Amino acid sequence: MDMLIKFVVAAVVAATPILYGTLGEIMNERVGHINLGVEGMMSMGACAGFMVGYITDNLFLALVAAFAAGAVGALLYAFLTVTLMANQNVVGLTLTIFGVAIANFVGFYMISRSATKSLKLPENITSALGSIKIPLLGDIPVLGQVLFQYNIFVYLGVIIAILMAVYFYKTKTGLNVRAIGENPGAADAAGIRVTKWKYINIVIGGGITGIGGAFTAMITAGGVWISDCVGGLGWIAVALVIFASWKPVNAIWGSLVFGIFRILKYYVPKNVPVPIAIYDMLPFLVTAIVLVANSIKQRKDNAQPASCGINYFREER
Amino acid sequence: MSSKTVREPLLHIVKRDEIPAKKAMVLRIVAFLLALIAGGLFMLSIGCNPIEVYQTIIVGCFRSNMAIQATVKIMIPLVIAALGVSLAFKMRFWNIGAEGQIIMGGVFASYFALFHSDWPHWVLVIVMFLAGALGGAIWAYIPTFCKVRFNTNETLFTLMLNYIAYYIICFLRDGPWCDPNSPGFAKIATFDDNATLDKVLGVHSGWIIAIILLVAVFIYMNYTKQGYELAVVGGSSATATYAGMNVKKIMIRTMLISGGICGIGGMIQATGADATLSVGVAGGVGFTAIIIAWMASLDPRIILIISALFAILEKGSRVVESNMGISADSSAVLQGIILFFIMGCEFFFRYKFQGRAKKGSE
Repeated sequence: MDMLIKFVVAAVVAATPILYGTLGEIMNERVGHINLGVEGMMSMGACAGFMVGYITDNLFLALVAAFAAGAVGALLYAFLTVTLMANQNVVGLTLTIFGVAIANFVGFYMISRSATKSLKLPENITSALGSIKIPLLGDIPVLGQVLFQYNIFVYLGVIIAILMAVYFYKTKTGLNVRAIGENPGAADAAGIRVTKWKYINIVIGGGITGIGGAFTAMITAGGVWISDCVGGLGWIAVALVIFASWKPVNAIWGSLVFGIFRILKYYVPKNVPVPIAIYDMLPFLVTAIVLVANSIKQRKDNAQPASCGINYFREER
Repeated sequence: MSSKTVREPLLHIVKRDEIPAKKAMVLRIVAFLLALIAGGLFMLSIGCNPIEVYQTIIVGCFRSNMAIQATVKIMIPLVIAALGVSLAFKMRFWNIGAEGQIIMGGVFASYFALFHSDWPHWVLVIVMFLAGALGGAIWAYIPTFCKVRFNTNETLFTLMLNYIAYYIICFLRDGPWCDPNSPGFAKIATFDDNATLDKVLGVHSGWIIAIILLVAVFIYMNYTKQGYELAVVGGSSATATYAGMNVKKIMIRTMLISGGICGIGGMIQATGADATLSVGVAGGVGFTAIIIAWMASLDPRIILIISALFAILEKGSRVVESNMGISADSSAVLQGIILFFIMGCEFFFRYKFQGRAKKGSE
């Protein structure tokens, strides 16, 4: 039982950064922009969050910085793809290359200037990053441990996912925004401000992604700055968007499934003859299978928003 | 009637006629210079002298024969993979899977390098070459088949296949192909000398293959019926169908070639540059190649120039790291800045801003 609780808790922690990345990417793809810069925006968020946390020793400021850094990356992406109508794939990949590099670059620079030649988060912020036990609920045996004793990122991520689901499916704005993703020309004709909502969604999405990056730098890496701390999670997040069929609520349990994939290799008994690489491959393999299966069944409701990848030029509608 | 109608925005975007290629080139160069200035400001902000950095980059690449050879070595896989994806992109098939196709080319070729290294050298090299092409082609065929058959989204599928390929190498490294003599960590054995590409002028002969491929792709794209067909499909698949072309067949054929070329790139990396199959055989080249191909407007000649630029930046930044104590990541930062600027300037090739029409002129 203890083992099982430990397993679930570890899976949730492994799932959290992916959840953020996925939610951010859903925001992007819902307005018709496939942003392959998730890895880059996460790295930028990781770097900004960690460095601000390191300097100010304040978790709130660190989270704001992470959000802002991700949002700046996304703003760059939005300017190039929405306003200047550059190719989305190319800009996204560039953002990934740029974001990862600038994070490592700044990290290298900060380390070279520090006295100890390493960066470790100070005390206040480290304790603020610890598990928060929700009063009463956290005391329930087993369930309390599995559901209500996590660090702040986990709760925040779930809250963002639920808010996002409400936004997309219960508000008029959300409906409009989804319309943009499916057919920007029609949305424009209906009086929806296409460019404005594209910018808003992409930038907020980038910010959320940035917070996911901060998680990897501050929690996964144990409070010490390491290069490449995001380490490919951004790409798993892109995969999860497909697995979650572009729906925020699906992203919650989907990220848990992917979290389990990520930690499975540490929990499977040694005598099970499955190579480690297979576990690491699972998120991508499963996603590929889901992608093909959905296309065979031609399920429109589980498909990518129709205008994804195509920039919208008003005079060509 | 009150004049309170919706006001036209101050500036709006209109399409312009194609601008001449020369002017486009000038615009690109201006954007490039602006990017260098922006990068320089960034370096100034952290207290480095940008002129010194740029100088170190250039000098670092050309200071000796060895440095030049190293630069060329970085350039080879970039050119080959960019040629591969440019064929797919010309068809508007968003092949993001070059990374995976390179890896599979490397894997297929490595099988022969590891287990048939006793074959006569030239036979082995030719077999490895074909195996590499086959590996890449298979990895490109899977998503293309699903695309033409089920209309599966190729961008997402090829992206997933990259990582599946990556973990296939990890699997081979940890298990079946693990070198039993490796101390401590798992790795695949270094290839026998007989199974590596010969050196010509100090660099593995992959550069010759790259040049041949470059010429071949240029001719294929511009002077053959098949090249014409794939351009038509890229322009509009409806037009192509109307003209009696078999779009599905063209798509599969082109992607087999595109993946095959990327696979050759993987074979060259494994048997030429690394003399082993490492998990980093592609190492992001597949992604960089996409950017290069796009920046070059899918023109093989410009691909060569831009690949050279990227290689110089990368080699030079390593020198910067060792000489000046700034991280070699500065290369990718600079690449990013340059790309953002050039991508931004491409807008002006196709569109222009127009001011609000003057009162009474309508």
